[in-house]
Amino acid sequence: MGTKQLVSTTINGEPRQFICEARQSLLEVLRDEVGLTGCKEGCNNGNCGACSVLLDGQPVNSCLVFGLEVDGKEITTIEGIAQGGEFHALQQCFLEGAALQCGICTPGFIVTAKALLDENPGASEEEIRFQLAGNLCRCTGYDKIIRAVMKAGEQMAETAAS
Amino acid sequence: MTQEIKQEYRVLGTRPIRHDGADKVTGKAIYTADVKPQSMASGFILRNPHAHARIKSIDTSAAEAMEGVLSVMTAADLPDVTDKVADLGEGTVNLSYLSHNILARDKALYRGHAVAAVAAINVHIAEEAANAIKVEYEPLESVTWVMDAMKDDAPLLHDDVFTKSGGEQSEQPSNVSVHLNFQQGDVQKGFEEADVVVEREFKMATVHQGYIEPHAVLADWNQDGRIKVWASTQGAFTCRQQTAEVLQVPLSHVTVVPCEIGGGFGGKIAIYLEPVAAVLSRKAGRPVQIVMRRNDVFEATGPTPGAFIRVKLGATKDGKLTAGEAWLAYESGAYPGGMLGPGCMCVFSCYDIPNALVDGYEVCLNKPHIKAYRAPGATQAAFACESVIDELANELGISILELQQKNAAKEGTRRVDGPVYPRVGFVECLEAAASSDHWNTPLEGENRGRGLASGFWFGCGLKSSVVASVNSDGTVNLTEGSTDIGGTRTSIAMQMAEVLGLESDDINPRVVDTDNIGYTDVTGGSRTTFATGMAAYEAGRDLQRQMTVRAADLWECKPEDIQITAGVFSANGNQANFKELATELFKAGEPLVGRATVAPECSTNGFGTHIVDVEVDTDTGKVTILRYTVIQDAGKAVHPSYVEGQLQGGAVQGIGWALNEEYFFDGCGEMRNASFLDYRMPTAYDLPMIDTIIVEAANPDHPYGVRGVGETPIVPPPAAIANAIHSAIGVRMEELPMSPPRLWKAIQQNQNGG
Amino acid sequence: MTLVFIPTQLRQLTNGVEQLELDVRNVRQVIEQLETRFPGIKERLCEGDELSPSIQVCVGQTLSSRGMITKVAADSEVHFLPAIGGG
Repeated sequence: MGTKQLVSTTINGEPRQFICEARQSLLEVLRDEVGLTGCKEGCNNGNCGACSVLLDGQPVNSCLVFGLEVDGKEITTIEGIAQGGEFHALQQCFLEGAALQCGICTPGFIVTAKALLDENPGASEEEIRFQLAGNLCRCTGYDKIIRAVMKAGEQMAETAAS
Repeated sequence: MTQEIKQEYRVLGTRPIRHDGADKVTGKAIYTADVKPQSMASGFILRNPHAHARIKSIDTSAAEAMEGVLSVMTAADLPDVTDKVADLGEGTVNLSYLSHNILARDKALYRGHAVAAVAAINVHIAEEAANAIKVEYEPLESVTWVMDAMKDDAPLLHDDVFTKSGGEQSEQPSNVSVHLNFQQGDVQKGFEEADVVVEREFKMATVHQGYIEPHAVLADWNQDGRIKVWASTQGAFTCRQQTAEVLQVPLSHVTVVPCEIGGGFGGKIAIYLEPVAAVLSRKAGRPVQIVMRRNDVFEATGPTPGAFIRVKLGATKDGKLTAGEAWLAYESGAYPGGMLGPGCMCVFSCYDIPNALVDGYEVCLNKPHIKAYRAPGATQAAFACESVIDELANELGISILELQQKNAAKEGTRRVDGPVYPRVGFVECLEAAASSDHWNTPLEGENRGRGLASGFWFGCGLKSSVVASVNSDGTVNLTEGSTDIGGTRTSIAMQMAEVLGLESDDINPRVVDTDNIGYTDVTGGSRTTFATGMAAYEAGRDLQRQMTVRAADLWECKPEDIQITAGVFSANGNQANFKELATELFKAGEPLVGRATVAPECSTNGFGTHIVDVEVDTDTGKVTILRYTVIQDAGKAVHPSYVEGQLQGGAVQGIGWALNEEYFFDGCGEMRNASFLDYRMPTAYDLPMIDTIIVEAANPDHPYGVRGVGETPIVPPPAAIANAIHSAIGVRMEELPMSPPRLWKAIQQNQNGG
Repeated sequence: MTLVFIPTQLRQLTNGVEQLELDVRNVRQVIEQLETRFPGIKERLCEGDELSPSIQVCVGQTLSSRGMITKVAADSEVHFLPAIGGG
């Protein structure tokens, strides 16, 4: 067994520490060491986006990040999207818009879309499709996902304006 | 069965938020790989790298000696299973083939075929140890194209597989395991009567369901012989049956917990991992988790068949089809048992053709054993038939829509395999297409074209059980066994809510394991909203019967005097809705528990028509989908959003099948694109919105008229897109996928007059 | 009377007869009567005493999973089809 190292990070706004081997990906660490199983393994080589988390606000495929790399950084997972018992606009819009079927890709989409809308709540359909091209969905054909993200963006823009 | 079909419903047709939605958008929903008991060990499977090989020896000693390794197994640890065929409800499985597929015996029949497995304290050590196992292979000649595998001199996969034809079998072993033949009328005469005849040949590559969640299992073999399995499965009961049979343990010793499942589409009905994890667990004395690697999902699960199909159709100059002939060769992969039957039955299923002949062959070859992908075998058949229909229409100078309308299957039409259709909705789908905004909006621009194609899938009934326990506040806990892959907890709950006069939120649906509900067949075959929904309706009726008897005491009248209208009970000047009566009855007397089991034995017969506009880049062969409309008969759309979701999802899978997806094999018969990077499925950026039009031609075999919808949407897209490409640039594609290199080449040949 | 359709691949055994009317109550009786008229046809449809697992019976529009005991009404059609699954 390889030697483990201590990593100090902030996850969903809380300071967390864990130990991991050099060969463990962030995906593996989040799921196995920290116990946050919301991000999913779909392919383990960065091609499906089911493992997406935010690293210092940017969406990453956590299967392509090593656990040791996140020392001192901030991570947001799907478990940290709802705030204080309230759904985020994205979560509410996904539910109302039936933008999920099996749900395995949903955490990855919501996390990635949040990063997009935080920066650009008025993103167009084309911009949204482009930014979400790294998240694969096999069930929905994307239609309702895109509509949900657009609606959430509109709501976020309105909230920001008011 | 009571028919309750009406124009207006209270709950059906509304769009409540799904009951498991909160868990799914917050990461709380538990999928199989999320179940991680403290004592869990991790398993890894060693797989054969050759397309075809004899296994001469396996030496596991290096793995067993490695620190951190808890158990090792090979096929020697599995009992011999006879050639017994088990009925999985949704198709049968030969248990010997199943067991040999799970772990190879003396031959490995495809690259990726499992040969050994290791459980260790973590998956990295398990992988290292598995790779330390020494396997001596003798590579054999391999074959990976169906037409090559049919030749007399093709490498033979099994010396105990013979061609079965009409219940007889050939004398010599063969890769061809089945020959089917259907005839109706007199095709020769039919073609003589035709004014126009078109005949074409088509080739289709192997394609995978592409579910985002890999196969996963956690197995715990207790010291008392009881085995608990958590699985990503479309059917806990069929998983249990297969696992018990392969391990040769009593069925009652196995419990399967269906976790939330990340897609199945037909690929998660047969088992791959459960017996391996179970045996590793028995040997290690700890629960063992195995999650398949993505490349193993491609190489070693159940893609859907590649095929070669020839279709010939003849019509009079008035556009009446007079004869149809089809010759089909379908791959079945490494073992017999595939999708030829439905392919043959579906190829002409949309039309009233008085004279037809269908001849089909199922062929073993060195690929993983094929499995269902939504409407199995139908997409391939429709690609061929609908392309020829389009050409026929062009020759006749009419639109394909008009040709389809002139010959559409309807109630009373006889299919080539024999049965006559009951009330079906194909004519209505075509009418909806004809009046749709899409069809009536002119398409302008260079290299742009519009295509249309239709498709059919049977949709089945099979068995479901539910239990409905009434709470003291009049809400209902609905226990059922149908894994929820697409929102069916809610569509099932809505049918109970409708009959009881409740809201969707008043029903609390739970999907439970095999110990906690009666037998329920798989979530697949377009059956779940239809059959388990029917069971929920019947359980609601059961509750009403019980409450009627109890209310009669309460209201001092006879049970026969009590009327139930829209869920409200009334008699003798008294009136109470479900909740009022239930809370009253809770105060004294037995708890209210309703139950129902169903086994509807009918097809729900789902027809659909797709319209697509494309633009072809003639410099690169790339096809852009500009606009797409799916029209389908749902009988009654219980939750329209989830019906739309099935239509959109199936159509997009079909778009991927049409334009990019294929198993790419090299000269050694090995798959070179076993990753999501190179097995190119559609992304959000590849597509426009997918419009849907739901037709509701009520199904006479369901109380609310529901038809299954899940599978039909994957049938028309490749043909619709091929027809659109032809309309755009005059090139008729005869091979799937119509990927840029292929289309570009065809464009060049067309331009050079080839 | 029930109208029983002979699968295309078995019509050699029936000298080209494609359909015939039988007075029967269930599929077992159908097969027994077919065997009486066309000896050898039973083993093409059955394995032992049960319907072959690769065959499904369709009575009217009902695809039955009950095999030999499937009830057959008068005025209905009986077809022997390949067993199909879905996905």
